[in-house]
Amino acid sequence: MTTNALTFPRFFPRPQSETGIWGWIGTVDHKRIGTLYGITSFLWFLIAGVEALLIRVQLSSAENTFIGPEFYNQLFTMHGTTMVFLVIMPLSAAFFNWLIPLQIGARDVAFPRLNALSYWVFLFGSLIMNAGWLTGDAPNGGWFGYAPNSGVTFNPGLGMTYWVVGLNILGVASIAAGLNFIVTIMNMRAPGMSMFKMPVFTWMTLITSVLLVLAMPILAVAGIQLQTDRVYGTHFFNSLAGGDPVMWQHIFWLFGHPEVYILILPAMGIVSEVLPTFSRKPLFGYPFVVFAGIVIGFMGWFVWSHHMFTVGLGPAANTAFAMSTMLIAVPTGVKIFNWIGTLWRGNIQLNTAMLFSISFIAMFTIGGLSGVMHASPPTDSQQQDTYFVVAHFHYVLVGGALLGIFSGIYFWWPKFTGWFLNEKLGIANWALMMIGFNLQFGPQHWLGMDGMPRRIYTYAENMGWEGSNLAASIGGFILGLGILLFIINMIYSRMNKKVAPADPWDGRTLEWSTSSPPPVHDFDEVPQVKYRDDFWFKKHPETISEYYHNEHDLEIEEAAPAPSHDAEEHGDDHGGHGGIHLPDKSYYPFILGVGIAIFGIGFLTNTYVIAAGVPIFIWGMLGWSMEPVNDPT
Amino acid sequence: MTQAAITEHHTPVEETSTGLNNRKLLMWAFLGSDVMFFGAFIATYLVYRGKSLVGPYPSEVLNIPITTVSTFVLLMSSLAMVLALHYVKEGEKNKGTLWILAVVVLGAIFMGFQFVEFREFAHLGLTPRTNIFGTTFFILTGIHGAHVTIGVIWMAFLAYSSNNGALRSDNALDLEIAGLYWHFVDIVWIVIFTVIYLISANDAPPPGMETITH
Repeated sequence: MTTNALTFPRFFPRPQSETGIWGWIGTVDHKRIGTLYGITSFLWFLIAGVEALLIRVQLSSAENTFIGPEFYNQLFTMHGTTMVFLVIMPLSAAFFNWLIPLQIGARDVAFPRLNALSYWVFLFGSLIMNAGWLTGDAPNGGWFGYAPNSGVTFNPGLGMTYWVVGLNILGVASIAAGLNFIVTIMNMRAPGMSMFKMPVFTWMTLITSVLLVLAMPILAVAGIQLQTDRVYGTHFFNSLAGGDPVMWQHIFWLFGHPEVYILILPAMGIVSEVLPTFSRKPLFGYPFVVFAGIVIGFMGWFVWSHHMFTVGLGPAANTAFAMSTMLIAVPTGVKIFNWIGTLWRGNIQLNTAMLFSISFIAMFTIGGLSGVMHASPPTDSQQQDTYFVVAHFHYVLVGGALLGIFSGIYFWWPKFTGWFLNEKLGIANWALMMIGFNLQFGPQHWLGMDGMPRRIYTYAENMGWEGSNLAASIGGFILGLGILLFIINMIYSRMNKKVAPADPWDGRTLEWSTSSPPPVHDFDEVPQVKYRDDFWFKKHPETISEYYHNEHDLEIEEAAPAPSHDAEEHGDDHGGHGGIHLPDKSYYPFILGVGIAIFGIGFLTNTYVIAAGVPIFIWGMLGWSMEPVNDPT
Repeated sequence: MTQAAITEHHTPVEETSTGLNNRKLLMWAFLGSDVMFFGAFIATYLVYRGKSLVGPYPSEVLNIPITTVSTFVLLMSSLAMVLALHYVKEGEKNKGTLWILAVVVLGAIFMGFQFVEFREFAHLGLTPRTNIFGTTFFILTGIHGAHVTIGVIWMAFLAYSSNNGALRSDNALDLEIAGLYWHFVDIVWIVIFTVIYLISANDAPPPGMETITH
C-alpha cells in the first residue's frame, strides 16, 4: 500500500467464512444473495397466503363473524402489499440475481456489495412493514393507500406509517437493485454477446430494471408526501387547506401502472426461456418479443389514469387513457402469439415447468382480456371496485406472474441446487394450483358482474353471492394445498438428492454450460458468444443452417468481434480460483442496511432514534467507500 | 519502492461491453431515477400552484433579487467543479484541491442562503403547515437542499483526498462521477428557480386576503 492512500480503521477483519450466519451476512456472491431473496420472499409468500385464506374463510358464507371489519381491513391491505412488494418483486429479484450473471457469461453483478445492500435493505423494510402485526396496528388502508383515507385524520395510529416507511425503505432496495442490473446487463456481457444475442429473460430483466429505477422514486415521492402529512402536518392531501386527494391517485398510479409491468415482465422472460427449451426450437420471432417488451415498458407510462376512470377527470382524459390502454394490449398480444408460434410444430415435452408455462399463456390471456374490458370507461364504471377487478388482477398476477415464477423454479431448480424436483409431485402441484386458482377466481368474475363490491368484510344473505363465494373459498384452499405440495417437493428434493447434470434439459442459454450448481466463480472460462442461443448451436452445430438461412447473416455472425479477455490474461494468480478475481466479502452492506433500518424505525417511534442511525449509516458509508473491492494480496 | 507500491498505481484498463465505466453508467442511471423523483415533486408544486386558501402568498414572501444571488453562487460552483476536474486530470494537485474546496465553499454559501431564507419565511409566518404553498415550497426546496448537502459532504471528502494525494489524475473518475451528480443538482435548481421563483413571484393574494403588509 502506498502511504498516502486513505484508509479507514477496520473494527473487524474482512469476513472470510463461507458458511454459517457470518458467511451469509458477509456474502457478496450473486448466487447466495439470490438464494436469500428466494427464501425470504417465499416465507412472505406463505404469510400472505395465510392472510388470503383467512379472508376466504370470512367470505365463505354470508354475514360471517369469523373476523371483524378492522382485522379484515388489515388482512386485505397486507395481503396485497405483501404479495406485490415482498413476494412477486423479490422472487423476480431472486431470479435476476441467480441468472443474469450466468446468462450473460459474467462472474458476478457489476456491484456485488450494492447487491448485498439491496437484499439487506429489502429484508429490513419487509420486517418494518410487517411490524404492525406485532403491535396490533397493521396497515389497513389498502395496498394503494388512498389519501385521505390513509391520512392521519381518518387513520390515526401507526398502521399506515408502518406501510409508508416500509415502502420507502423497500424502494431504496428496488432502485439499488435496478441500477445494479442495468449496469450489469449493459456492461458485463461475455465477448461477442451483443444486445440482440442476449437471452429474452435478460432482456426482460433489463426492461424491468429500467422501470424500477424510474418508477420507484415516484412511489417514494408519494410516500414522503403522505408521511409528512401524517407526521408533520403538511397539506399535500388535505382538502381543507387546498390539497387534493386525487393528487395521491395520480402519483400513486403513475408509479402503480409501470409497477404492474415490473411484476409481469420477469415472468414473461421466464416463459420465453422455458417454451423454446421444451419445444426444442428457438423462440419464434425473438425481435418481436424483445421489442414488444420495450414497447410495453414505454407505453406502461401512459395508461395510469385507467385506474381512475370513475374519479371524474372528464371525457378528454378518459378517452385518451382508454385508447392508450387498449393499445398496450397489442404488444402483449404480440408476445402471446409468439409463444404460441414457438409451440407450433415443436417437439413438445410436457413436464412441470412446461405445464406451468403453457398455463401461464392461457391464464394470462384470460386476465388480459378482462383487462381490455376495463379499458373502456363506460364498462369500467360498472366494474370499478367490484370483484370483477379482483378476478382480473388475480388472473394476471397469479395466473401470470406467479405461474411464470413457478415455471422458472421447476426449470432452474436443478441449476440452483444441483438436484431435480420430483416430476410426479410437480405435476400434482401444478394440477392442484390450476384447479384451485380457477375455482377461486373464476366465479369472482360473476360476483363482480353481479355487483359484489371489493374490500367488504361481509355481505347480506339475500344477495345470492353465497354459492360463488363458497366455491372461491374452496378453491383458495385447493390452491393452498398445491403450494403445500410444492413445499413437500422441495423437502423431497433435498432428502432424495437426485443429482442433476450441468445441462439437464438440453438448454439453450449460457447458464446450462456451467456445472449444477455453478462454482463460486460461475464459469471456469469466460464464454465466447457467436450466436443467439449460442450454447445450443455449440451443442447442435448441424442446426445452425436451419436458423441462419441467409449466407449474408452467417458472414456477419462470423465477422462478429470476439475480443478475448480471459481471466488468464490479467491473471495475477491470486484469490485461490486459478487467477480469477472475485470480489472480497464485506460486512459493510449489512451495516449500512442496519443504519437505513434504524432511520425507518426512527420515523415510526422517535426522531431521536434517527440520530442514533446516523453514526451507523456514516460508518457503513465510509467503511464501504474506503474498503477496496479486493484486498491486495 | 516495493513491487506492491508500483502495482498500486497501475490501474488495469476496465473492459466493459459498452466501453463506459461501470460506476459512471451507474451514476447516469441514478440521475435518471432522480429526475423522476424531482419531477414528481415539481409536478406537485405546479398542480398546487395558486391553490392556497390562506396566506402568506408567494408574492408576499419570495425575494427574487436575493435568490438570484444564491442561484448565481450555485451556478459558479459548477464552474469551479469543471476547473477542479481539469486540474485533477492534469495532475496539478494544489490547484485541483483549491477548486474542489471552492465547490465546497460555494455549495455551503448556497445552503446558508437557503437557511436564512427558510428562517425569514418562518418569521413571516410561512411554514410547511401554513398552507399548500408552504407545504410544496418547503418540501421541494428542502429535498433539493438535502441533495446539495450530500454533495457538499462528498466534495469535502474529495478535497481531503486530493490534498492527501489519494485523488490523482489516474483516478480522476472519482471526481468526475461526483461532478455528474453536482451538475445535476445544479440543473435541478435552475428548474426550481424558474418554476417556484420566477413563475410564481407574482402569485398575489386574492383581494382582501393580504397577510403581510410591507
